[in-house]
Amino acid sequence: MSLEVTENQLDAIIRAAIEKHGDQRDAVIPILGEINRALGYIPGEALGKIRRCINTPEKGLFLADSHLYSIASFYHMYSLKPVGRHIVRYCESAPCHVVGGRQVIQRLHDFLGLEPGETSADGRWTLFQTSCLGICSVGPVLLVDDDIYGHVTPQRVSFILAKYR
Amino acid sequence: MKPIRSMVLVSNDPVSIEHGAGDVFQALQAEIRRLGLDEEVRVSTIADVGDWEETPLVIIYPEAVVYSPVTAEDVPVLVEEHLLQGHIVKSLLGKMHEPVGEIAWLRARLGALPVQQRVVLSRAGIIDPESLDDYLLHDGYNALGKALTRMTPAQVIAEVEKSDLQGRGGAGFPTGRKWAFVRSAQGQPKYVICNADESEPGTFKDRLILEGDPFSVIEAMTIAGYAVGAQEGYIYIRGEYRLAYDRLENAIQQATQRGLLGEHIFGTDFNFHIHLHAGAGAYICGEETALIESIEGKRGQPRPRPPYPPTYGLWGKPTLVNNVETLANIPPILRNGAEWFHQFGTERSRGTKVYTILGNVNFTGVIEVPLGITLREVIEIYGKGMKRGAQLKLVQTGGSSGSIVPASLQDTPMDFESWRKAGVSLGSGALLICDEHTCVVDLAKVILQFFRFESCAKCAPCRVGTQRLYELMSEISQGRGAPEHLDEILILGRDMELLSNCGLGQTASVAVRDILKYFRDEVEEHIYQRHCRAGVCQIPGLPPAEFSAIQQPAAQAD
Repeated sequence: MSLEVTENQLDAIIRAAIEKHGDQRDAVIPILGEINRALGYIPGEALGKIRRCINTPEKGLFLADSHLYSIASFYHMYSLKPVGRHIVRYCESAPCHVVGGRQVIQRLHDFLGLEPGETSADGRWTLFQTSCLGICSVGPVLLVDDDIYGHVTPQRVSFILAKYR
Repeated sequence: MKPIRSMVLVSNDPVSIEHGAGDVFQALQAEIRRLGLDEEVRVSTIADVGDWEETPLVIIYPEAVVYSPVTAEDVPVLVEEHLLQGHIVKSLLGKMHEPVGEIAWLRARLGALPVQQRVVLSRAGIIDPESLDDYLLHDGYNALGKALTRMTPAQVIAEVEKSDLQGRGGAGFPTGRKWAFVRSAQGQPKYVICNADESEPGTFKDRLILEGDPFSVIEAMTIAGYAVGAQEGYIYIRGEYRLAYDRLENAIQQATQRGLLGEHIFGTDFNFHIHLHAGAGAYICGEETALIESIEGKRGQPRPRPPYPPTYGLWGKPTLVNNVETLANIPPILRNGAEWFHQFGTERSRGTKVYTILGNVNFTGVIEVPLGITLREVIEIYGKGMKRGAQLKLVQTGGSSGSIVPASLQDTPMDFESWRKAGVSLGSGALLICDEHTCVVDLAKVILQFFRFESCAKCAPCRVGTQRLYELMSEISQGRGAPEHLDEILILGRDMELLSNCGLGQTASVAVRDILKYFRDEVEEHIYQRHCRAGVCQIPGLPPAEFSAIQQPAAQAD
């Protein structure tokens, strides 16, 4: 997922996002979302670029880089650091926890050698904790990139992850 | 063209998709075409049908036979035997298909099974959620048509008020009264917001409604817009629900094309537009003022209240914020009348409630039942009993911010009124059922970890309190607890309840407080005897002998 982003690519993504969502204040979150989806994270320089595109004090829309940073850092689905090729997310909410989630998380930590928020040295994995994914009836739940795995057991962890190169 | 004689439905929820529902769907289409049946057999996808034990499901009507789990390799046999020759393929029949929806109805007629009464989920799992035609065939848009052509906005509100519908987001505020507030509020324009930021752990009722019956929410919002005098609506859906987002996007587009949304709806002067707004992962955005801030493109931090959204909401204008499930109740109420709605539920709590059953029971999933049934009934009838015959220890209701109900209270009827009396919040409808292998200290730790992570950090009582409560519980779970910790927890919890700005901080300590109320002895065991009776907490080393001898609570009892 992660890649070297060129200046032009980033500009193109932002332009397309503004085209789609508009240049008003309420477009900020969707625009950040588009960047995060395209790159896996929001590069720092993107914030200044967005600001230059939509900051229009004369029309009463005042946005500083710090406003954008405060938004980008608030929402859990955004990452401000580059991520690995595959993102593993686990749910640590009570419903998954009482049906065996604790053991799965332990196994996941051991297997990847990562704490939540960390990326492996080879750039293959990033581990995140996620809020409830709303599929608790098949807990414990694991999300790798966009693929959902239910009824995960500690034994299944390595099999699931082996599918991702 | 021949009449359609069979309808084949393939389950299409995320889990089914993981298990290869897409391949099954394609294989079915290919096989049916190969045998030349494509004019008389229709293949379609459906959202979740409530049974998640073994997926994907293939349901064939009119026989209402459920096959599960089905793989692409099974398809040739299935098509050949069932659709061509008309035999039911016994070897592929679903082992445990808890009948819901139409299937439940057919089974119940045979007298086999307790029926759920479905109002808001009546179409989920039966219609194709991506087809407006299917929705129209199942009473869709009757309610909006009736409202726009035969009722005044005041009459619509009166009907909703008469139905005694209470908000299903957790607080249980009377919906009709809220609508009337927004209608009479000064200021233009007004807005209608559908709160689909369902982040309460263990709750996914709204996701099922949105994935299974997206048009009903759109129809309901349009009715709400007409009733309160708004022309703009927003659906704030959490970022994690991609499938529901896509379905809503499709539904809005189809409805707009048909003139059921947009300008001059039903040929009247009424205009209504709906915008879809995806969240980006923040539990706090389920709080209505935080949600409004988030739509405005800011950090999702709650505003001080009052003023409440009905007078000062989105962009400072009067705004109606309703939960998905609440809205989904509106079209059936208008279609059938408030009197009809009164047949469900109890005197003080009308209607049905969608619950999600989770945890250590044999069947987990979603049910819709009248308000007022008891936990025991839920566990025994719908949950099919505890897993491996274990004992029920406690139930957590309404997700992380909900209450802990000990097994002794399982016969209290679940309605807004009785539970309020028992000090329990019905909340979002999540029922997390835990057996004796659950350690209450460990559970409290997990819940507090969640709040520590999700606190928006705007106000100190919540930001510091959730962190401190978590630290205290961690200490106890590691055998380093002290008796005074328990007092600190209770005092801190009370302070958070009184001083926090919004519901998150106010309810973060509810679960811990309940645990200390009902399971204090077990928590004290962790402190005095450094022992976890469920065997979950890893307490290093043995208890110091002299300490446990002095502090042995059982010795002083009696």
